[in-house]
Amino acid sequence: MSVIKVPEADSAGWSCANCNVELTMQHVELEYLDSLFNVELPACPQCGIVLIPETLALGKMNQVEHLLEDK
Amino acid sequence: MEQADLRRLESQCVQEETPQCVAACPLHVDAKQFCKLMAQRRIDKAWQVLAKTMPLPGVLARMCGEPCKAACVRQDVGGPINMGTMERYCAENAKPINPPKPLPARNKSVGVVGGGFTGLCAAWELARRGFETTLYCSQLGEGLPPFPEGVLDRELTGLETMGVKIETGFDASVSFIRTLIGDMDAVFVDSDVLPESVRDFGAPDELTLGTQEHGLFVSLQGEDSAILQAATGRRAANSIERFTQGVSMVTGRELEGPYETRLYTNLDNVQSLTSALPERDCSELDVRDEAKRCLQCECMECVKSCEYLRHYKFYPKVYARQIYNNESIVMGTRQANTMINSCMLCGLCETVCPEDFSMADVCLEARRTMVEGDKMPPSAHEFALRDMAFANGEKCSLAKHAPGTDTSDYLFFPGCQLTASDPSGVEAAYADLRNRLGNVGLMLHCCGAPAEWSGRVVLERDSMNDLKQIWESLGAPKIIAACPTCLKSLRAGLPNAEITSHWSLLRVLGIREDSVSPKGPFAINDPCAARHDVVLREDIRSILDTLGADTVEPELSGETTQCCGYGGLLSEANPALGMHVAAKRAEAREEDYVTYCVMCRDMMAKTGKRALHLYDLLYSEVNDPAARPSPGYSERRENRVRLKEHLLRNLWREEPNSVAELFESIDVSFTDEALQRMEQRRILKSDVQKTLLAVRESGKRFVHAETGHYLTSHRPVIVTYWVEYEEQGKSYLVHNVWSHRMHIKGVKS
Ligand code: SF4
Ligand code: SF4
Ligand code: SF4
Ligand SMILES: [Zn+2]
Repeated sequence: MSVIKVPEADSAGWSCANCNVELTMQHVELEYLDSLFNVELPACPQCGIVLIPETLALGKMNQVEHLLEDK
Repeated sequence: MEQADLRRLESQCVQEETPQCVAACPLHVDAKQFCKLMAQRRIDKAWQVLAKTMPLPGVLARMCGEPCKAACVRQDVGGPINMGTMERYCAENAKPINPPKPLPARNKSVGVVGGGFTGLCAAWELARRGFETTLYCSQLGEGLPPFPEGVLDRELTGLETMGVKIETGFDASVSFIRTLIGDMDAVFVDSDVLPESVRDFGAPDELTLGTQEHGLFVSLQGEDSAILQAATGRRAANSIERFTQGVSMVTGRELEGPYETRLYTNLDNVQSLTSALPERDCSELDVRDEAKRCLQCECMECVKSCEYLRHYKFYPKVYARQIYNNESIVMGTRQANTMINSCMLCGLCETVCPEDFSMADVCLEARRTMVEGDKMPPSAHEFALRDMAFANGEKCSLAKHAPGTDTSDYLFFPGCQLTASDPSGVEAAYADLRNRLGNVGLMLHCCGAPAEWSGRVVLERDSMNDLKQIWESLGAPKIIAACPTCLKSLRAGLPNAEITSHWSLLRVLGIREDSVSPKGPFAINDPCAARHDVVLREDIRSILDTLGADTVEPELSGETTQCCGYGGLLSEANPALGMHVAAKRAEAREEDYVTYCVMCRDMMAKTGKRALHLYDLLYSEVNDPAARPSPGYSERRENRVRLKEHLLRNLWREEPNSVAELFESIDVSFTDEALQRMEQRRILKSDVQKTLLAVRESGKRFVHAETGHYLTSHRPVIVTYWVEYEEQGKSYLVHNVWSHRMHIKGVKS
């Protein structure tokens, strides 16, 4: 599965509060309605929490959700 | 939807039927399109419309006796459109165009006998269809009136350009015709030119013009109208085409001559406008103004009244096909899902449609099919159905006999939205009912409309069964419902129950002495659920009368009232369109609205329109209730919960036994922006609290370098919520929220 890159995934200013480290772009698996995606997203390199910024959630991600719902 | 259903629906909608004038025209000239272009002063284009359909257009356009006038819908509102004069003007002033290019040669020869207009037209139509055509006559244009220099010659040259061979100087006889029949594939004879000899071949058939002689076609005698002569020429050409192809001579020819059309055009809002067209020497502006009188006949009754239908740009005939196609898709995108989920199921279309087309039935059925096939987009109705479940859950629902009694003669059923929007109004109304009627029980519950609207038949049935059991457990008392949608749902779901509206009761019992006497004037907004409930609508008007309210009506009112945008869950499945619909309804009158559906009231309030629910006049203690904003989603839930707790404590002296959940202890406040976004994004305070509780336990969160805000996410069930917040001691201030449905499975190692 190829990795999708999304320019909206900008995590400027955010870091992991728990591990106290900067976020890095990592391969994250997303799933909706039986479809799997491999997306490059900001995440904590130590504990692995993933950040979905507002612009991504309401933009691209929302579009893809609707597309999958209409499939 | 089966294909047969689609066919039935498609033929039910008459929008694409032929306009009256076009159907009445023996040649079916597109008078509507002609007028449209003439009104835009596009004379050359308009002439092309005529020339496309008329044989020898330069001649015929100057001679047509305009039978379309008798059918023109403008007739009763200023007089029919004067097509003949406009056609003549066009023939005289438009840029001449070349005759049509014939179809590829068929290698079939046809003889046409007679040089009168009928013969010329037959030759024109035959040549155009690709027949090798020879015209035999004693004189070209026999019996035609004189035309200005060059007019007839132009069209005769056209005939030759199209390949017609012209043999003049013939005096045809029976034996000549017999020879022709032998030599050619078919022959057409104009009986007016050769009256005696053609009788030998027997009278022609009216439909086909065929005679007893195989391959010989003859016109009926004595036709002196040019347009009917042209129609005869066309009929002959159609017959000869069928004859030479060896197909049926009779089937499917109903629409060849003038016919009846089902197109409906409403004249209610049409101003009468008489013609100012002079018969001779008209100017371009004269004809333009005449053409502007054309109504451009169409139906579109439903589209004119429904913002939803208008929004999707077409009309039900097209929508039916789109919905059918949507269902047939196996792989690929179902483009019509949102359209199907956007109908308010309000029934206005069916009421205004001359053919009773019900888009509501079509859309509801389509939703049911989607649910059944597991194709309903989960996001469309989930929020509304969660809300319904919440209203029916133990925190909000209640069913009790009046305090201090163990039977009920009546049961007050205010509905889940009235309790959500106006809990104190419900409490006061319940007190009023107990005062006057005594044993009135109370049931706080949802009527199940969201389940119906979302196409979930099983849920609809199950929730009605639950409701029925509760009602029976109270001894099946007479139900008093206040919400028009509840009335409708309960009447359908509990056919054995005696159900009356609160409004009918108030009309009989009279209103409370201390009801607010309103200022007004008010515009009455009938909710769509009251469309077919005349009694209900009259009760409301009578109560408003008693209150001394000064009222007016919007144009679409009563049976033809418009939905506020909430019906059918439009505002959930397509919020933007829902708000647009609400705004349009709000605009329909300047006065404050008064209504008796709280969703109508709240939808209007959301657009900024001042609107009252009748309870506001009868039971409110608020100052200026018309300015009360629509409570947000979280507040609506809290209102229901608090109402139940409050009534239990104060009326029944019971402590609510529902245990507070842990997340409820999270002390949270919101910035105005965050609150606004929560409404738009359908995120509840409880969703935020659950998310904050989760981070308290897991500690998983991000921190922002500049603002110091924290950001965390949580997925209680399906939706993932993101909360950006600040810690203020033990409480939280929320700055932003968003959500998505995609599930984060985690970082791939
Ligand atoms: S109003 Fe126009 S479209 Fe309608 S019947 Fe008359 S000419 Fe035809
Ligand atoms: S919203 Fe109402 S009027 Fe419009 S199509 Fe649906 S049922 Fe008909
Ligand atoms: S009202 Fe609407 S559905 Fe009915 S015939 Fe006219 S366009 Fe078609
Ligand atoms: Zn970390």
